[in-house]
Amino acid sequence: MTTLNTWLMDPNPKSRLQSRAAQTWLTWLRFRRNPLAMIGLIISLALIFMSIFAPLLAPYDPITQSLADRLQPPLTPGHWMGTDDFGRDIWSRILFGSRITLYIVLLVILTAPIVGLIIGTVAGYFGGWVDAVLMRITDIFLAFPKLILALALVAVLGPGMVNAVLAIALTSWPPYARVARAETLTVRNSDYIAATRLQGASATRLIWGHIMPMCLPSVIIRVTLDMAGVILTAAGLGFLGLGVQPPLPEWGLMISAGRKFLFEQWWVATMPGLAIFIVSLGFNLLGDGLRDVLDPRSAGK
Amino acid sequence: MALIEIENLSVTFHTSGRHVRAVENVSLKVEAQQSFGLVGESGSGKSTILRAICGMAPITGGQIRIDGKPLPTPRGPNFAKQVQMVFQDPYASLHPRHTIDRVLSEPLAIHGQTGSDAKIEQALIDVGLPPAFRFRYPHQLSGGQRQRVAIARALMLRPQILLLDEPTSALDASVQAETLNLLSRLRTERGLTFLMVSHDLAVIDHMCDRILVMQHGRAVEELSREALATAAMTTPYARALFTASADRMLEG
Amino acid sequence: MTLLSVKNLRVTFDTETGPVEAVRGVSFDLNRERLGIVGESGSGKTMTGRAVLRLIRPPGRIEADAMTFDGQDLMKASEPQLRALRGRRIAMVMQDPKFSLNPVMKVGSQLMEGLRQRDHASRSEARAKALAALQAVQIRDPERVMDAYPHELSGGMGQRVMIAMMLIPDPDLLIADEPTSALDVTVQAEVLSILDNLVKTRGMGLIFISHDLRLVARFCDRVLVMYKGKIVEELAAKDLLHAKHPYTQGLLNCLPRIGGSREALPALDRNADWAS
Repeated sequence: MTTLNTWLMDPNPKSRLQSRAAQTWLTWLRFRRNPLAMIGLIISLALIFMSIFAPLLAPYDPITQSLADRLQPPLTPGHWMGTDDFGRDIWSRILFGSRITLYIVLLVILTAPIVGLIIGTVAGYFGGWVDAVLMRITDIFLAFPKLILALALVAVLGPGMVNAVLAIALTSWPPYARVARAETLTVRNSDYIAATRLQGASATRLIWGHIMPMCLPSVIIRVTLDMAGVILTAAGLGFLGLGVQPPLPEWGLMISAGRKFLFEQWWVATMPGLAIFIVSLGFNLLGDGLRDVLDPRSAGK
Repeated sequence: MALIEIENLSVTFHTSGRHVRAVENVSLKVEAQQSFGLVGESGSGKSTILRAICGMAPITGGQIRIDGKPLPTPRGPNFAKQVQMVFQDPYASLHPRHTIDRVLSEPLAIHGQTGSDAKIEQALIDVGLPPAFRFRYPHQLSGGQRQRVAIARALMLRPQILLLDEPTSALDASVQAETLNLLSRLRTERGLTFLMVSHDLAVIDHMCDRILVMQHGRAVEELSREALATAAMTTPYARALFTASADRMLEG
Repeated sequence: MTLLSVKNLRVTFDTETGPVEAVRGVSFDLNRERLGIVGESGSGKTMTGRAVLRLIRPPGRIEADAMTFDGQDLMKASEPQLRALRGRRIAMVMQDPKFSLNPVMKVGSQLMEGLRQRDHASRSEARAKALAALQAVQIRDPERVMDAYPHELSGGMGQRVMIAMMLIPDPDLLIADEPTSALDVTVQAEVLSILDNLVKTRGMGLIFISHDLRLVARFCDRVLVMYKGKIVEELAAKDLLHAKHPYTQGLLNCLPRIGGSREALPALDRNADWAS
C-alpha cells in the first residue's frame, strides 16, 4: 500500500500511465470527501452488484407463478416485500429487474453520449454551414418531448426492450450534442488549439485528441444526471406496455401491473417505485459529486 | 533576399456587419537570423501580423513571402516545419489535460518523425528543464517552466523562424530575464530568425536588431536599435512611447 | 498621526495538503503618504492589501497582533462596521476595470448608485457629484461617459471610471492593486499622474501594490519589498536603486534596459534564507 502510494504521489512520474493514474487518484481523493456523492456511488455499485448476483440473491424464480401465494403483504415469512397478483416474490422480481434497468442504462450510455459528443464537437469545431445543419437537426429532435418521441419510435419499431433502448438513445443524444458544442466553442479559440494547429495537426486529430477530452467531463456529468431520466423513461415505456414485455420483471411494468389494486395491495406498485426512486437518487448524487471534481472550470486550481 | 517579406499587408475582420481594419498597408522585411521587433499599444495590430502569417487572421490585401515564396493557403505541413509561434500566456497555450510528454511528442507524431523518446528528453534539456518533468501535467509547473515547455514545443520541428507574441509579459521580472536569456541563447545556437511582438520597449530593445513602431494598425516608424537607444526617432508617436518608457532607460 | 497600523499580519489558507501561509508576519505603519508594496507573484502583496479590508474568504484566515485604521481596531470590527469602512473610508482599485464594473449597467448609474443609496442624495445632486468625479480623473466628456456601458470604454477610460467611483465618498485610504498593469504605457502615465494629484490635493493615504519596481520607485514615497509572504526590505523610494537586500537588487538588475548591453540578463539567484 505504501509503495503504491509513493508511486501515485511521485512528483516526477516515469510514464504516461503513472501520471494519469496519479491524476485519477487525486480526483478520487477529492471525490471521497463528498459524503453525498459517496452515497450515490454506493447506490450505483449496489445496483451493479444486485444485477450480477441476482440468481444467488433471489429466493424465488422471478417468473414462475404460484397462485396460492398471491398478493401476500410485506413481511410475510419468505416474502419480505410481499408477492404480486400471480404470487411471484416482489424482492426476487426487483433483483432480476435491476438487470434489465442496468442493461438499458448501459446501452444508452454506450450510444447517445458518443453520438452527441461527435456531432457537437464536429459542429462546434467547423462552424459555418456544418454547424448550422447539424444543430438544426439537433433542434428538431429537441423540439419533441422526449417521451412522446420515444413513444412514436416504439410505435413504429414495435414494442420490446431493444426497441425501447433504441428509442431512448435516439431521443437523448441532442442535449449531449449541445453541451459538447458549447464546450467546443470555448475551447476552439484557445491558444493550445492554435499552437497544435500550427504544428500541422489535422481536424480529426484536434477534435479527437484535444477538443473531446475537454468536453468529456461536462458530458459525463450530464449523462450521470440524465440516468435517472433514462430509467424513468424506460419505466414509463414499460408502464405503457411499449417497452419490456411481460412476464419480464421490469420495474415500470411492475408498477403498471400493480396499478389495478393500488389501494388494497399498495406494495405491489410501491416496491418497484421505491427501487426506481433510490436508483435515480443514487445517479443524481453521483452526478453532482462528479461535477464537483470533474468540471473543467474548477479543475487545475 | 530577406527571409520574411511582408508587403502592404492588410487584415480586416468582419464582425456583425462591421469592418474592423486591424492592419493597414504594413510592409516589413526580416533578414535570415535577424531579430525583428514589433512594438505598439493594445489594438495597434502587432499581434494580428503574427496571426496573419500563421493563417489565423483574414488577409485582405498584400502579400507575405517566406524565403521568397508566397505562403500557400491553407498553410500546409511544410509551413509548420519552417515557422512556429510562442504565445503570450503560458497558462493558456498548453493543453490542461496533456502531459508535457504528449505536448512535445505531438508535433513529431503529426509529421511522422521517429525517435521521439530521445528527442523529447533532449528538447527538455535544451530549454533548461529536468527530463524528470517529462510526465508532469502543466498545472504541476510554474509559469516560467510552462513557457519553457511552449518554447520547446515550438522548436520540436526545428523551424527557422520563431514568432514570439509577448512571450514574457505574463511572467515575473526574474522569470522574464531567464526566458529572454533562453531565447537569445537558442537563437545563437540554432541560427533562428525572430519576429517578436511586445509592448515593452526595453524587452524589444534587448532582443531585437530592428524595430517597427505601430499604432492603430499602421506602421509608424522603423528604427534601428541604435536609433532607439539614442532617442533618434522622428515621429511624435514613437517619441511619446519612448518618453512613457523613460524609466526603462539604462540609468534608472 | 498614523492612519493605518498593521502589526504581525498573517494570512493562512487551509488546503488539502495542509496550511499555506500567504502572508507571514507583515508589519507597517501608514500616514497620509504613498506606500508601495512590491513583489513577484506569490509574494503575498495582494493578500496583504485585501487583508487590510478583511476581504479574504475562507479557507483563508487573517491573524494579526494589531490592525488599526484611524484608531479603530479592524480585527475586532463587526461585518456591518467593516462595510461602513469599505468604500467610504477605505477604497480599493483593482487591476482590471472589466471585472470591477457591472457590465449591464450604465457607468453613470453605477457612479450614482452609492450616492443615492448610502448618502440619500437627490438625483440631480448625485449626478452633479458623479460628473465632478469624472472631471477629477480628467475625463474630457463626462456626459458621454455617464451614458456609456463599461464595454464601450477603453481600458484606460474604464480604469479612470473605477478611480472616480472610488473617490466619490472621499476616502482616507486608497488601496490600488496593480491599477495600471492592464493599461498601455502612455495611458499608464496619465492614470498615475491622476492618482498622484488626487493623493496630494486630498491628503489621502495610498497603498500602491505592484510588481513593477521602477514604477513604484517613480511614484511612491516609501516602498516595502515582499518575498514569499515577508517584508525583506523597507526603504525610501528614492533609495530604491541603491537597495541593500540582494533580492531587491536582483529584481532591479534582471530587468532589460533600453540601450543596455546584449549580454545575458543577470538571473535572480534566490537564497533560501530570505524567506526565513
